[in-house]
Amino acid sequence: MNVLAEVQGKSLVERARQAAAVAGQFADDVDREGRFPHEAVAAMKEARLLGIQVPVHLGGEGASIADIAEISSIISQECASSSMIFAMHHIKLSSEVEHGIGDAWHEGFMRRVADEQLLIASSTTEAGIGGNLRNSICGIEVEGDICRLTKEATVISYGEQADAILITSRAHPDAAMTDQVMTVFLKGQYTLEKTHDWDTMGMRGTRSEGFLFKGEAPKEQILPQPFAEIAAESMLAVCHILWSGVWYGIAVNAVARAQDFVRKAAKANPGSMPPGALRLAEVSSKLQLIKSNVIAGLQKYDEAKANPASLTSMGFLVAMNNIKLASSQGVLDVINHCMLIAGIAAYKNNTPYSLSRHLRDAHSAQIMISNDRILSNTSNLLLAHKQNTSLLG
Amino acid sequence: MKEQIRDLLSKHGTLPVAVSDIADDADLYAAGLSSFASVQLMLGLEEAFDIEFPDHLLNRKSFSSIQAIEDTLKVILEEEAA
Ligand SMILES: Cc1cc2nc3c(=O)[nH]c(=O)nc-3n(C[C@H](O)[C@H](O)[C@H](O)COP(=O)(O)OP(=O)(O)OC[C@H]3O[C@@H](n4cnc5c(N)ncnc54)[C@H](O)[C@@H]3O)c2cc1C
Repeated sequence: MNVLAEVQGKSLVERARQAAAVAGQFADDVDREGRFPHEAVAAMKEARLLGIQVPVHLGGEGASIADIAEISSIISQECASSSMIFAMHHIKLSSEVEHGIGDAWHEGFMRRVADEQLLIASSTTEAGIGGNLRNSICGIEVEGDICRLTKEATVISYGEQADAILITSRAHPDAAMTDQVMTVFLKGQYTLEKTHDWDTMGMRGTRSEGFLFKGEAPKEQILPQPFAEIAAESMLAVCHILWSGVWYGIAVNAVARAQDFVRKAAKANPGSMPPGALRLAEVSSKLQLIKSNVIAGLQKYDEAKANPASLTSMGFLVAMNNIKLASSQGVLDVINHCMLIAGIAAYKNNTPYSLSRHLRDAHSAQIMISNDRILSNTSNLLLAHKQNTSLLG
Repeated sequence: MKEQIRDLLSKHGTLPVAVSDIADDADLYAAGLSSFASVQLMLGLEEAFDIEFPDHLLNRKSFSSIQAIEDTLKVILEEEAA
């Protein structure tokens, strides 16, 4: 337990920086080879970052979504794939923390996540459904004390490396497509037959391959609350906020590189303003917008948690959708500006100002649950919800 | 009032089951009510009852069953009469 005491003597931010440093060291190799960032994930485990969200009474540290968003941003500044893995793990863990307390099996699972630093993956996407995560084709079968599920899971990030997978399905094979549950399957309780590879433009380290999933487990592993409520009350908000933390981190590092470029030019030509300086000023305001957007999301989530009816209100859903849209588009705009600042040095690989990996990684943001899908969801909500016209409220 | 709600539900709910087979307290989301259909239903209710849903009642719970819809409508009608 000495390791734990030593780790816990440090702040979360210090521990995040420790893991981020390792992630940064291997980021280019992970990107080039399209491989799992096992060094970064090992460093996260060493810094005990995978269990921080688990409540203290279950062996964790009760970290907030704000803490986790900050850590996602810190790691993302070095390696976006590593950070996305960290964020996706904590999105899944948030469903356990928000909806599994009071249930013996799920409390035991959270204890194990904290003690053993288990890595949790997610399977919502399904063949024939795409990113429409509030629908499932596959249905879980319960027979006696056992549940069984087969799913054509076309994208499961780090599916092969995970210690557990949280997977959505219909509540039973005859249930309506929207009548879903989410179940925890532990490694050893499922098989994954690879169906799709992951040779992508960016986020190459998330190893988000497709599989035919087949699992069998005790039925207590099905989360007791319907997935519709889990999605509405916590998962969608946490997802959009933590993803935004990752994308913000990519943007921060792009701006840092562009600023280094401008400062170097200023030092080379004392007394004159470098050509990129004006663009840098402009991009700093764009970056601040993304930051304000994520902070506003965190505040709204905190307020809504204190008043559960508002967590499922249309106004809250619209706000969370808007946060995802703005940060996923904003990050590309920021990187594009930084490209104009550093020019060829940004366009090239292997320069200190290179933005190739940033730009490619950031392009995943708009398709990770398609922005068009989110827009059509919001347009439906806006037929009912009228905007809040106050500045502060 | 429930009859009118049932009529609107069969018109806008696009449910995979017949509305007559749904009990007053049955979970409409489990019966297949999508978020698109719930908004269409809400617009239908606004037209039929000549009301406006205030924001604080635009949440999942308000549309979770036929009974919940009736309870919500009564609250709105009372608020509007006041
Ligand atoms: C880096 C990364 C990691 C991921 N990790 C995971 C994971 O671990 N687990 C997991 O389950 N999934 C994961 N995903 C998948 C992700 O969550 C989405 O499901 C997926 O990106 C959507 O894929 P799609 O574009 O094929 O599907 P769709 O959502 O079907 O969209 C296809 C296209 O159709 C259009 N479209 C579809 N429906 C609508 C609509 N209603 N309104 C408007 N336009 C529409 C859109 O323009 C969209 O571009 C990951 C994705 C990425 C990029």
